[in-house]
Amino acid sequence: MTSNTPLHLAAALDGAGWHPAAWREPNSRPDELFTGAYWTDLAAVAQRGLLDFVTIEDSLAAPVNRYAPDAADSVDRVRARIDAHLVAARIAPLTRHLGLIPTITTTHTEPFHVSKGIATLDYTSRGRAGWQVKVSGHADEAAHFGRRTVPELTAQDWTAIAEGTLPQVLVDLFDEAGDFVEVVRRLWDSWEDGAEIRDVETRRFIDRDKLHYIDFEGRYFSVRGPSVTPRPPQGQPVVTALAHQALPYELAARGADLVFVTPADDVHAQSVLADVAAASERVGRTGEPLRVYADLVAFLDNDHESGAARLRRLDGLAGIEFASDATVFTGSAGDLADHLAAWQQLGFDGFRLRPGVAVDDLEAVSSTLVPILQRRGLLRTEYPDTSLRGVLGLPTDVPNRYVTGTPAA
Amino acid sequence: MNTLKKQVILGAYLGGVNHHTAWWDPRAGSQIEFDSFEHTARTAERGKFDFFFLAEGLALRERAGQIFDQDIIGRPDTFTVLASLAAVTDHLGLAGTINATFNEPYELARQFASLDQLSGGRAAWNVVTSFDAFTGQNFRRGGFLDHSQRYERAEETLEVVRQLWDSWRGDDIVADKENGHFLRRPDAGTFDFHGGQFDIRGRFTVPRSPQGRPVLLQAGVSPQGRDFAAGNADAIFSPYGKLPEAAEFYRDIKARAVSFGRSADDIKILPSASFVLGDTEAEAWEKYHEVRNQQVTGQTALILLEQIWNRDLSTFDPDGPVPDIEPDPDAPPIIQGRAFTYQDRFETVATLRAVSEAKKLTLRETVIDQFERGPIVGTAAQVAEKVDAFVQNDGSDGFIIGSHLVPSGLDEFVDHVVPLLQDRGVLRTEYTGTTLRDNLGLPVPHDRIPYPDPV
Repeated sequence: MTSNTPLHLAAALDGAGWHPAAWREPNSRPDELFTGAYWTDLAAVAQRGLLDFVTIEDSLAAPVNRYAPDAADSVDRVRARIDAHLVAARIAPLTRHLGLIPTITTTHTEPFHVSKGIATLDYTSRGRAGWQVKVSGHADEAAHFGRRTVPELTAQDWTAIAEGTLPQVLVDLFDEAGDFVEVVRRLWDSWEDGAEIRDVETRRFIDRDKLHYIDFEGRYFSVRGPSVTPRPPQGQPVVTALAHQALPYELAARGADLVFVTPADDVHAQSVLADVAAASERVGRTGEPLRVYADLVAFLDNDHESGAARLRRLDGLAGIEFASDATVFTGSAGDLADHLAAWQQLGFDGFRLRPGVAVDDLEAVSSTLVPILQRRGLLRTEYPDTSLRGVLGLPTDVPNRYVTGTPAA
Repeated sequence: MNTLKKQVILGAYLGGVNHHTAWWDPRAGSQIEFDSFEHTARTAERGKFDFFFLAEGLALRERAGQIFDQDIIGRPDTFTVLASLAAVTDHLGLAGTINATFNEPYELARQFASLDQLSGGRAAWNVVTSFDAFTGQNFRRGGFLDHSQRYERAEETLEVVRQLWDSWRGDDIVADKENGHFLRRPDAGTFDFHGGQFDIRGRFTVPRSPQGRPVLLQAGVSPQGRDFAAGNADAIFSPYGKLPEAAEFYRDIKARAVSFGRSADDIKILPSASFVLGDTEAEAWEKYHEVRNQQVTGQTALILLEQIWNRDLSTFDPDGPVPDIEPDPDAPPIIQGRAFTYQDRFETVATLRAVSEAKKLTLRETVIDQFERGPIVGTAAQVAEKVDAFVQNDGSDGFIIGSHLVPSGLDEFVDHVVPLLQDRGVLRTEYTGTTLRDNLGLPVPHDRIPYPDPV
């Protein structure tokens, strides 16, 4: 990969921002976090900055930052969130180019619903839909559904995880997620393009030979299909996952187009890239290589305060020092551009920035960082007229696995 | 304006799957692309309708093990379309059918509360259940829900969903930047439910919705279904499009609501209706018959009858008499994936035979004659008159209007009938409320969680 290759840039949106005190900033709109206007305004800023896409965080429980725990009786955190998929759908008609990638949990949900939901988002956004796959290993989320129990991870489990060994319950949940993604993808293909024939002469609306039962029988669930929703405009919307370990890397390598990773420094970055490549090898991934995006939490300098000072001040408000799975970047937009350019050289396909404070840092990314990257020839100056897959450099003509004579995707 | 007149509630539906939609018409558009939904919703809002309504499908219909290919099949996901429509409309209610069997209460409550937030208080849920093993093949839950548990599960689902919606007070979010109080109380959203169907606890993530709770819609004609709706729903779909029986249903539902301690006005009764307009009454009827003739081909007529007979009728002549064989209720279903609404097959067959004989109709003509709930046909003035009269005579509180043409079918109604309803003083000329509840004239539910001790 050469420095002439434009880098891919995206943003991860999570409530008022990734810092637990982000909602208290002057520009933050904490009483509007659950309105359409808040999210469409953020999306407009991202689209003005020509970002490839935004992801929207979600979980089936109130947001909790594992790196910034708080007391059960505290009232100082944003302990609420609305459905990310519906947020993306709310944004879709009011944007034209921005990719929309909501997080949807695989553990307690139905693959059939998720498949038609993302397919429909692809219709309402006219080819800009994606999905961030998320596994839930939390006892509290399981208790919200009552269909099964998921034991809360113990300190011992966390130590084992840090050393690279996942407890069996997580192994199973990731295995289930792998099946889930497979089923969602099969359902997207279960209608061939052109299945709707509207043949007035014979009164046949569809050619039923172009619809396919997926007949998935797995360890955790079975799904017959076909989908009720025709194949989405992109054929296969973009599947993404955040991963930190070998097994999640394998899940991404099995089923995703993009993986978000969290390297700590240059050395770690190289080992992460090698680990992802090894995971792809292990699962026998063929076809398009898995694209690897590095995640960074960003606190950018502004006119009157440095990013580092902003972070310190926010930490003071939260009463805790901010920590994250991803590298926490503080500094000027120019410094961040340098950092991104350097990591791009290591072999990352792109970057997903997590704004420390959503309104302020996303605005800084679009109005300050992006122009710098453009001047350096690292970022395009306008959107290409194509789908999200096209924007990401993924093939836009995805073969359908059920079309006879086409090799399985 | 006669202020004593009841205001007509109007919903709009976009015909998705089935034989009602004239997909063969050269003016017919997509039933999948967002443009079609956007057009219909914007038209409904232009006509000051109360809400847009979207049905749901969870499996493709089959006949004798093969996917139907004669009618429209394929439709988008209900929640996704409604959330996208929230972006392109400002006042229109957004109602969706969502099955309570193949969704868990936590996710249902969360999705509808989210839709209500994202639309500024315009969400409505048409609660349906299914016990159908055929549809179950697409879901984790499978088809194990026994018919006898249908209402039990539905009742309990509603109970849990309400508890979740009520787990936040309207003022739980203080968002006080200065003092660092995002929440008024630390336990906002906590819930605990133990019942025969669900055993769940935890914390609901969506703050109290702008209209307190999303609006609940229901259908049901059996005594159990009527009670369920009268006790729980904000509106019920009426299957009756003709006056005496519609008025009887109206009286019955309102009386049941009162017996549950509610006000008669707390539940609205809404039949669905298609309409056909013409410059003269004769022209309208001619158009109507033309459409019906196109909709119900010989093959469609046979398939519709197969749902009643539960037998292969493909060897019968559509232009001949109604089949002389008896239904076979005990055989495996020949038609799969469609809600079965014929309570007594033998009685229905007897009725069809009697109609066919008395009116001297062929099989196909009998189907055309019998399989329609009550179209509103005539000049714009006549249609406005019929709608108004039906509502004033307590046949219903309004109508859910559909057209056989997607997506432009509703335009005619809004351009020609709506102004006449407004002239008659029975339809708003501007939206006055900000939420769907406001527009429907429904009471706003009170917070159920008491204040914590003063801080």
